Amino acid sequence: MKILVPVKRVLDYNVKPRVKSDGTGVDLANVKMSMNPFDEIGVEEAIRLKEKGVATEIVAVSVGPAKAQETLRTALAMGADRAILVQTDDAVEPLAIAKILKAIADAEQPGLVILGKQAIDDDNNQTGQMLAALTGWAQGTFASAVNVEGDSVNVTREVDGGLETVKLKLPAIVTTDLRLNEPRYASLPNIMKAKSKPLDAKTPADYGVDTTPRVKVVKVGEPAARSAGVKVADVDELVAKLKAIGVHS
Amino acid sequence: MKTLVWVEHDGSAVKDATLAVVTAASKLGEVHLLVAGEGVDGVAKAAAQIAGVGKVHVADNAAFGHNLPENVAPLIADLMASHDAFLAPATTTGKNIAPRVAALLDVMQISEILSVEGEKSFTRPIYAGNAIATVESSDPKLVLTVRGTAFEKAASTGGSGTVEAVSAGGDAGLSSFVGAEIAKQDRPELTSAKIIVSGGRALGSSEKYEEVIVPFADKLGAALGASRAAVDAGYVPNDYQVGQTGKIVAPEVYFAIGISGAIQHLAGMKDSKTIVAINKDEDAPIFQVADFGLVADLFSAVPELTGKI
Repeated sequence: MKILVPVKRVLDYNVKPRVKSDGTGVDLANVKMSMNPFDEIGVEEAIRLKEKGVATEIVAVSVGPAKAQETLRTALAMGADRAILVQTDDAVEPLAIAKILKAIADAEQPGLVILGKQAIDDDNNQTGQMLAALTGWAQGTFASAVNVEGDSVNVTREVDGGLETVKLKLPAIVTTDLRLNEPRYASLPNIMKAKSKPLDAKTPADYGVDTTPRVKVVKVGEPAARSAGVKVADVDELVAKLKAIGVHS
Repeated sequence: MKTLVWVEHDGSAVKDATLAVVTAASKLGEVHLLVAGEGVDGVAKAAAQIAGVGKVHVADNAAFGHNLPENVAPLIADLMASHDAFLAPATTTGKNIAPRVAALLDVMQISEILSVEGEKSFTRPIYAGNAIATVESSDPKLVLTVRGTAFEKAASTGGSGTVEAVSAGGDAGLSSFVGAEIAKQDRPELTSAKIIVSGGRALGSSEKYEEVIVPFADKLGAALGASRAAVDAGYVPNDYQVGQTGKIVAPEVYFAIGISGAIQHLAGMKDSKTIVAINKDEDAPIFQVADFGLVADLFSAVPELTGKI
């Protein structure tokens, strides 16, 4: 079985996002960019399925600027077999990404597509579910366990109150949550090896997908700032402050 | 505008998350509801009581019993032929279903709206709330998920909606429900708790977390959380993690105990109404967002607080 793992290049999760003063977005110039953490979990899960003998080939895909190649090389260094870069400098919305991925899925015929549940930049949490709708496949979102059994996959999902398990017919879409696994670090020899793994370059037009945004970003601003509060001298003063706002046992 | 609101329920009662969505929908126009599930007569009757509600569409079918998106999304897409906007709470159920509906309708969803700015204009958090985007849709229909903490809850009584059965839809044959492990109810869920007590790496061990944090949370009936550092150090399981890559919370009161306040943690909790920080390092960044800060050794301060609160 082939597994498709879409990955996104995003602002590194340890970098504090700075809103541009002209209100057009978040400043991404000269800041560290990394693979979206949830996508890293997706790559790791695909590799584990390959190590278990369930998967035979892992294809990493990224839709983004030329530099997204670095993100794909990271996926290759972790253990993906080959990569497809769908290159565009435009900001592509989840719906258009899902359409591109649908075209790739049609061509590649994967048994599973494993995506991060959301990207930590736009926080949309949509692409996997949209891809599932477009392919007409089942979806197991927010996965904390993935078990392939014959022609189906059992996905344990992180839901608000706890966990839920669903059985999905293959091919299927899985989106990852934090508890699914801990992604490995690529070793130096594997980073070197990744440089010679195949990476195809495509464009959205190759898949006949129009990436014109449907949603216009009018303005990006700072959230309401918190005013730093007061320091209390001791526990007694804290207890009094808490009681004043109605917090007590 | 005619809106269709997804009613989140547990089979017998309407969940509170729905009420905030009704408020958001009422800012757009007429509010219709969809109750989907198996044996949901009672839920439909309760939903019709929600203030300001017009029609309540009821899809009673075993295939809708566990909110499987493969079965539910086509039903919603059908109903959207006669509605202009679909709204669901930004819960795990809403987030699972709404984008599937959006793609079926060829609409770009707007996730987790914080406010309604106009007929097609909304604000929403990006970068885990470190920035707020004002966005405007150009699609003919809207698909929205709604952050529950950003809207007042509509009154659950006083309405007089009319209940109407929907016969469309069924089992798509793609998925089935196997089982659920729902956390014990003796402690509130992290994402809906009124009070959260979180511990950080300064605790030093899972034993200390149990000994210091848990009794304090128990005393307040609070949910338990942790920083990524504490999770990475193995003091508590992953699902306790509050932060950009963990859970985003906005309780009435958030206690950050022995948490320095890394960016990625702040991103997950800075919308809390009141933040209380206890840390022995007076320069810890957590104090810059805390309403009440106590510079003290947590191992003595927290047990004392537990005793006195």
